[in-house]
Amino acid sequence: MTVNPSGWRPTTPAKPANEPGEAQTVTGNRALMLEEPLLFEIGTTEQTGVDFDSFGLPPRGQAARSADGGSGGQSPSAGLADTSPKEEGSRLGGLERFCPIGLAGLSEPEAVRHYTRLSRQNYAIDLGLFPLGSCTMKHNPRLNEKVARLPGFADIHPLQPADTVQGAFELIDLVATWLIELTGMYSVAMSPKAGAHGELCGILCIRAALEARGDPREVVLVPESAHGTNPATAAFAGYRVENIPANEAGRVDLEALKARLGPDVAGVMITNPNTCGLFEPDMIAISEEVHAAGGFVYCDGANFNAIVGKVRPGDLGIDAMHINLHKTFSTPHGGGGPGSGPVVLSKALAPFAPLPFVERQGERFVLVEEESAEDHHAQSFGRMVAFHGQMGMFTRAASYMLSHGSDGLRQVAEDSVLNANYVLRRLADVLDAPFADSGPCMHEAIFSDRGFGEGLTTLDLAKALIDEGFHPMTMYFPLVVHGAMLIEPTETESKASLDQFITAMRSLAGRARAGDPSLKASPVHAPRRRLDETLAARKPVLVYRDPAPAEAAE
Amino acid sequence: MRYLPLSDADRGEMLAAIGVGAIDDLFRDVPEKAWLQEPIATLPSHASELSVERQLTALSRKNLVAGEAPFFLGCGAYRHHVPASVDHIIQRGEFLTAYTPYQPEIAQGTLQVMFEFQTQVARLFGCDVANASMYDGSTACWEAIGMARRITRRSKAILSSGLHPHYVSVARTMAKFTGDSLESALPELTAETDAEQLIAAIDAETSSVIVQYPDILGRITDLAPIAEAAHAAGALLIAVVTEPVALGAIRSPGEMGADIVVGEGQAIGVGLQFGGPYVGLFACREKHVRQMPGRLAGETVDAEGKRGFVLTLSTREQHIRREKATSNICTSSVLCALAFSAHMTLLGEKGLRQLAQLNHARACEVAGRLAAIPGMVLVNQSFFNEFTLRLPVEARPAVRALADRGILGGVSLGRLYPGAESLQNGLVVAVTETLTDEDIAALEAGLKEVCR
Repeated sequence: MTVNPSGWRPTTPAKPANEPGEAQTVTGNRALMLEEPLLFEIGTTEQTGVDFDSFGLPPRGQAARSADGGSGGQSPSAGLADTSPKEEGSRLGGLERFCPIGLAGLSEPEAVRHYTRLSRQNYAIDLGLFPLGSCTMKHNPRLNEKVARLPGFADIHPLQPADTVQGAFELIDLVATWLIELTGMYSVAMSPKAGAHGELCGILCIRAALEARGDPREVVLVPESAHGTNPATAAFAGYRVENIPANEAGRVDLEALKARLGPDVAGVMITNPNTCGLFEPDMIAISEEVHAAGGFVYCDGANFNAIVGKVRPGDLGIDAMHINLHKTFSTPHGGGGPGSGPVVLSKALAPFAPLPFVERQGERFVLVEEESAEDHHAQSFGRMVAFHGQMGMFTRAASYMLSHGSDGLRQVAEDSVLNANYVLRRLADVLDAPFADSGPCMHEAIFSDRGFGEGLTTLDLAKALIDEGFHPMTMYFPLVVHGAMLIEPTETESKASLDQFITAMRSLAGRARAGDPSLKASPVHAPRRRLDETLAARKPVLVYRDPAPAEAAE
Repeated sequence: MRYLPLSDADRGEMLAAIGVGAIDDLFRDVPEKAWLQEPIATLPSHASELSVERQLTALSRKNLVAGEAPFFLGCGAYRHHVPASVDHIIQRGEFLTAYTPYQPEIAQGTLQVMFEFQTQVARLFGCDVANASMYDGSTACWEAIGMARRITRRSKAILSSGLHPHYVSVARTMAKFTGDSLESALPELTAETDAEQLIAAIDAETSSVIVQYPDILGRITDLAPIAEAAHAAGALLIAVVTEPVALGAIRSPGEMGADIVVGEGQAIGVGLQFGGPYVGLFACREKHVRQMPGRLAGETVDAEGKRGFVLTLSTREQHIRREKATSNICTSSVLCALAFSAHMTLLGEKGLRQLAQLNHARACEVAGRLAAIPGMVLVNQSFFNEFTLRLPVEARPAVRALADRGILGGVSLGRLYPGAESLQNGLVVAVTETLTDEDIAALEAGLKEVCR
């Protein structure tokens, strides 16, 4: 099954010849690498790691008793030993939960150990270089974490009266101001929850603007090299997606784009710097052409790290761009979210931005919600999310912005581009670099699998990189490069770290070109060998099922 | 700058290795008129850790902290005690600074957590399967409506008047673009929910009925008759749970026949955080799993036959299917899911039931005391840890007046339903285990004053 043109497919690994010298242990543990069973195999429904205050409540919860008993001096959980939900005086509408739920519990030491052992089976930025292209896996400063946990930010409710959360609004306004200044745009929508959610926000602004003009249009143009969320987002907003052709140098083919523009085109979605790691030199011309044809320009801001402080998207004619705070502004990726995807907007799109948003009115900040929108934001396309967005990410981003400052952020872009070009030039003689001849890259370098020995793939090289102690690069993306390897080192890698990575890559590239079959067996030093993805998809096991034992009879 | 390891000497050497003279040579594709020659002057320069912390701490002090006031707010975000070990666990760098587990050999920690989380959510909701989380409850709710459309091939959804108004608002926004038609109404300040009206509204065009449980006013309704009516018409029942602790005390939606159960997981492990990041919960029947949006971890084996976990069924997702994907969602809320999962592990079934019992008993006590205030009416017959009072005065100014006295006294329905005359005296009060007797006495006294 080939699902898309990159060569990606789900895989089933070949059975490895058993590695000699791999001493077996009785436990399955290997010194510091400890196996950890599933929670449901070690916990029980009777175990708990939490003690409660009783508040002097009676064991069966006779309600509305005078509460002057207080909680002082009571032993934890006193009066709560009976966990039966059936209680007199309950107001649960006759819907008490009697059936077992099956939630396994652990005591605190067991729980801490369970998760600590699991954590050690993960690779992470804290451990080493994580060169995932277009993901911007940079160092996550711990000051950010500390700031996000200040009670004044972490322990406030989204529906508290506005006068009790002025500092929170001011924080949101602070981040918004930075984003506007850094991008040279007119306004910013802060509520989107992630990059793809931000894309949706931008495209919905475009649709709302066109509809307000009485001309919704039908087509959004997206380059084939785009991230998969771009076409998925455009399709969600009701647009037909058409491809923008690329030229030999990996850039948008301006002439072909001009030829396709017309009254049916709502806009274009362009990633700049693009997913081949290249800046679009015709970006201003592209924007002018799209605007002349009555459309809007959406820019995928996934790669903003390459240009922050050096180039402002507003100066490139862009109408909307999401910013992944979890990329450029160092909020942690957390194993797959939460992210945050504010969207900067041009003056033409600003009136259509989603609710709610924070507005400064003199000395005071107000939250513009549905009720107050009609006065001066009647054209908003509506609400995208409950409450006001990813506050916990805004605090982290604010801490990062203030730390780096305007000068530091500019240095971020420069160092990220420098690091990527260094990797590109140090590997271009041993790996096929399809666009290396057309000039420097931005913050990521792309290679293909051309020249690999018979039967060896990008996947094999990536898995061997794991054994060398690195997280693999982005593989099989973008789709326009066969067996693509997209490497984004980020600015937080030292030269020594890059040199070690380059040494490993040069060795692996040599083995791949020489057709070294042992690459197929990699990784051999990771907590697991290659996993059977085909089996997982064919017979999905998505939840733990208790073995059917006799003990249920009690 | 403390986050940048390269020295000027490194930079020089690297430029030489690349074969260019200056850093700006690497930016030569940027059109000249878009060049910034200097750092942006309207923004400040870099700052020390001490100075940043000072500045942001000062900002944080301008807010009234929930933990430092009598605090009774709920309506989709709840304040529960989160054990200290939960925050320790999510700050393990291997969890905090990992990416989506695309390389399963070195991401078994995150993948196993996702699998355990899926199991916990499925069991809590009484469903076959669950995904590895969504952005939050409101977006999960909308995604469920879209999923029901794909399954039933119908596009009319009936929203209960008890559904959180922000969730309704999100669904309305999205439906404008997908062409779904949504029916919804304002809630009424009555003890009865709108179950009967919902059942009456179901017809052969209906894709799904969406019911919040407990609802925005805190009322608990039996979902079984609604499920039965929906199924008889070929429609699906979507249940929405914004306070998952309730399911330690009340029957799960799955048990009562809900086809898709979504929710907001914030109450367990995550904390208030002014509204985000939170964690959307999403569970359904096994037969519908291929229409489910979002990330999924699945069990498999490695090349040596050892059990392991991978991301699976990704052919539903945008990075493979592009414009044909079930959703454009590309991330979930894994770190919040870890917080939820770790807190749930610490609770276990026993702890969850104790916590739920404690919340409910405490809420019963507070409801009794507040309802005894002259002029005050308790709207609910049924509730878990949140109930609605009809005040003798408008609730919104009353809430502000309470805040002036340092009391965060609940959520006024005027805040949630501006302009809805019939709801202006409604106050939703949430009661959790975090309240002290002094907090309760303060609210009682405060309400007596502001309702005079």
